[in-house]
Amino acid sequence: MTPFPPPLLSLRSARKSFGPVEVLHGVDFDVLPGEVHVLAGENGAGKSTLVNILSGVHTDFSGTLSLRGEPRSFSGPADAAHAGISTIHQELSLVPSLTVADNLFLGRERVDRWGRVDFRSQEAEAARLLGEVGLHVSPRHVVAELPVSMQQMLEIVRALARDAAVLILDEPTSALSEREAETLFARLSVLRTRGCGIVYITHRMDEIYRLADHITVLRDGSRVRTDEARALPPEQLVTSMVGRDLATAGPVGSGPGTEEALQVTGLSVRDTRIDGRALVDDVSFTLHRGEILGLAGLQGSGASQVLHALFGDAAGPASGTFALGGAAYAPRGPADALRRGVALLTSDRKSKGLAPEQSILHSVSLSALAAFSGPGGWIRREAERAAVGAVVERLRLGAPSLDEPVRTLSGGNQQKAYLARCMLTAPRVLLLDEPTRGIDVGAKADLYALLRELAAQGIAILLITSELDELPLLAHRILVMHRGRVAAEFAGKDATKEGILAPAMGHGIGRMEDPE
Amino acid sequence: MNRGVSSRLRRFLATPFARALLALLLMVGLGIAFNADGAFFRWSVHRDMLRQVSVYGILACGMTVVIVSAGIDLSVSSVLALSAVTFATLTLPMGWGATTAILAVLAAGAALGSLSGFLVARMRIQPFIVTLAMMVFARGLAKVVSGGKKVTNYVLAPDGSSQVVDLPRVFELIDSRVLGGNLSIVTVVFLACVALTWVVLERLRVGRHIYAVGGNAEAARLSGVPVGRTLVAAYALSGLFAAVAGICQAAQETQGDPETGMGYELDAIAMVVIGGTPLTGGKGSVTLTLVGVLTIGYLQKILSLNAAPEATRLMLTGVIIVCAVLFQRGRK
Repeated sequence: MTPFPPPLLSLRSARKSFGPVEVLHGVDFDVLPGEVHVLAGENGAGKSTLVNILSGVHTDFSGTLSLRGEPRSFSGPADAAHAGISTIHQELSLVPSLTVADNLFLGRERVDRWGRVDFRSQEAEAARLLGEVGLHVSPRHVVAELPVSMQQMLEIVRALARDAAVLILDEPTSALSEREAETLFARLSVLRTRGCGIVYITHRMDEIYRLADHITVLRDGSRVRTDEARALPPEQLVTSMVGRDLATAGPVGSGPGTEEALQVTGLSVRDTRIDGRALVDDVSFTLHRGEILGLAGLQGSGASQVLHALFGDAAGPASGTFALGGAAYAPRGPADALRRGVALLTSDRKSKGLAPEQSILHSVSLSALAAFSGPGGWIRREAERAAVGAVVERLRLGAPSLDEPVRTLSGGNQQKAYLARCMLTAPRVLLLDEPTRGIDVGAKADLYALLRELAAQGIAILLITSELDELPLLAHRILVMHRGRVAAEFAGKDATKEGILAPAMGHGIGRMEDPE
Repeated sequence: MNRGVSSRLRRFLATPFARALLALLLMVGLGIAFNADGAFFRWSVHRDMLRQVSVYGILACGMTVVIVSAGIDLSVSSVLALSAVTFATLTLPMGWGATTAILAVLAAGAALGSLSGFLVARMRIQPFIVTLAMMVFARGLAKVVSGGKKVTNYVLAPDGSSQVVDLPRVFELIDSRVLGGNLSIVTVVFLACVALTWVVLERLRVGRHIYAVGGNAEAARLSGVPVGRTLVAAYALSGLFAAVAGICQAAQETQGDPETGMGYELDAIAMVVIGGTPLTGGKGSVTLTLVGVLTIGYLQKILSLNAAPEATRLMLTGVIIVCAVLFQRGRK
């Protein structure tokens, strides 16, 4: 055994429950000084819960947390940060309208006894800190004008300014370009030599093997293994993340037809925020009537952008051509796409789907109002209520009354109401972005059955889900996306979670394809 | 059976409409308690109250539509003044017929509203700022149209001599009463505006779109709602009602005063809010606003019947606004 230094941060048999459900089952986790410790696992494996315990967000867990050998219990994130554990979440927590120095000293301003801020000393100290990590930016620069990568580095500098002993980074490269990511990695290795312990969460295989000293794999709330990175080859890592293969039942009902519903040729979407990065890079595929085509991909894979582009709502300048049932299709916007028979269910039901105060009736009929209104836009209310009633029944949405506001529905039923809105437009192509997100297990099973039924009725479905278990159960075919490209294709019945996960993390397709 | 009725009653009492109605009943109760030697029991008092709130109420109808769309329209008072002076100028010195003058003024009001809507929807400027700018602009335009003076039936002839022309019948007509002198025409106009707003919001597609945009604009856009057109329609309606109010105001004052209606936008907003339509959008209705208009109307009337000084009236109105909103939010 290698003689390791004593751990900087140590978590012993940590358990955490939400209500009656235990989500973390006695996990041990150590962070050594001067190491990058990668935390790996599928979505829902317990990574966020673990990070939230370390960073003081969850205070009600059982188990012990010690920092430099001393048991600690934090009252909240600020307390943890004060003790030397800094977390950098995917969403940045800087105040965009303030300057670099103001942000670095936010909440711990240097003030005299009259409460006046000593800006000069703050700026001098900020300049020193920035110089230390080699970040060339003026302390007086307004944060909003800086590129995202620089902002991310600022967060790190802020953590260092608080003398962080442990730095937790949650998918820090998801908003970074390749070059910016390189800068980040260089800074991290500087921190490492200074004895800082770094916890790093990522879905990208190349980053794991580039940075990690140790890898801890979580699965279903338990620690599967902790190994030195060089002792854990990628194939084994993936197997550990997935566990045993689940029995895969292919989609029931007749297979997909051969009639073409949607053809996508050479779709690319450029990112206007980060120069030179493509959100979607030359994607082509065909979707048939009655087919469920799964688009698998981890965060930032571009799968969601494909759906939005098909709905006339591309995130950036798009190129490529679509054909809908053989006819050219170039949607000018959501309204146009809906008219042509393409409906989108976004991944964010709350902010992009439903208005909580609207009644179920009005929420469901919204996209199809033209079908229920006569001259002058007078709504034929009986026809509207009948149609909404029918689709609600077809989707088995349990609601006491159609006139109740949607906020009174459970998550699963809200999702059904949202799906009902799409269905009422009589779509030929249904684009579903994470339809099972945030709904419980029973509602999920219900939704699976529904999607199969809809496909059996001839609707072509393009489905994104990050819950990889779902795909072999639902999809006839699966396209795996990584960094905007199609990295692999499977027939649904042949797919395994490992098979999907490896290319989704960029393993086996390599960086050599990237033109750099 | 009995339980069914009581639970339905309880459900009804939890609705915003029931709460607004309760506040109004409370106000009427106060009127009965402080009836100023029985003055409160005379219909003429109620008729006058209705007449006095009608112009505000007409503005509040348009304001309701805009607030449901999650916006605000500060320009209604200035558009009212502009409409009043335009109407007076067209009918008095220029001698237009009443119908053409009314149509022209209504069209102008709707056009100014559409411009506000366009700036909000297409230029993506905050409604507060757009309509603040429109408020200042329309007031200025009103002064241009009127030459900075009140437009009366005392007109200047081309040769420089001045003469008094007859007030066109339309002025008198609008300021008269129907139903045996028991209801003012302006009140009838106000109620017609309420009805029109109700139809737009509750029965027409554009109304649904206004609620959808106010509730969640991004979701509405992704559901195929023409967000821009919907917002333009909402502000256009508000401009149209401001023009209606302006014509009524001119008729009641028998002149076009470029300074008229100062601060009315705030009264209109207060009436909408007291009714229970939240400023956050996506919720509320014009029936709530009708109740809000009556609540404020009675408050003012009761205070004036009991000879409360203006200072007291203003302070009490402020207190009532806060209480009404707290009451509306109530036990959630």
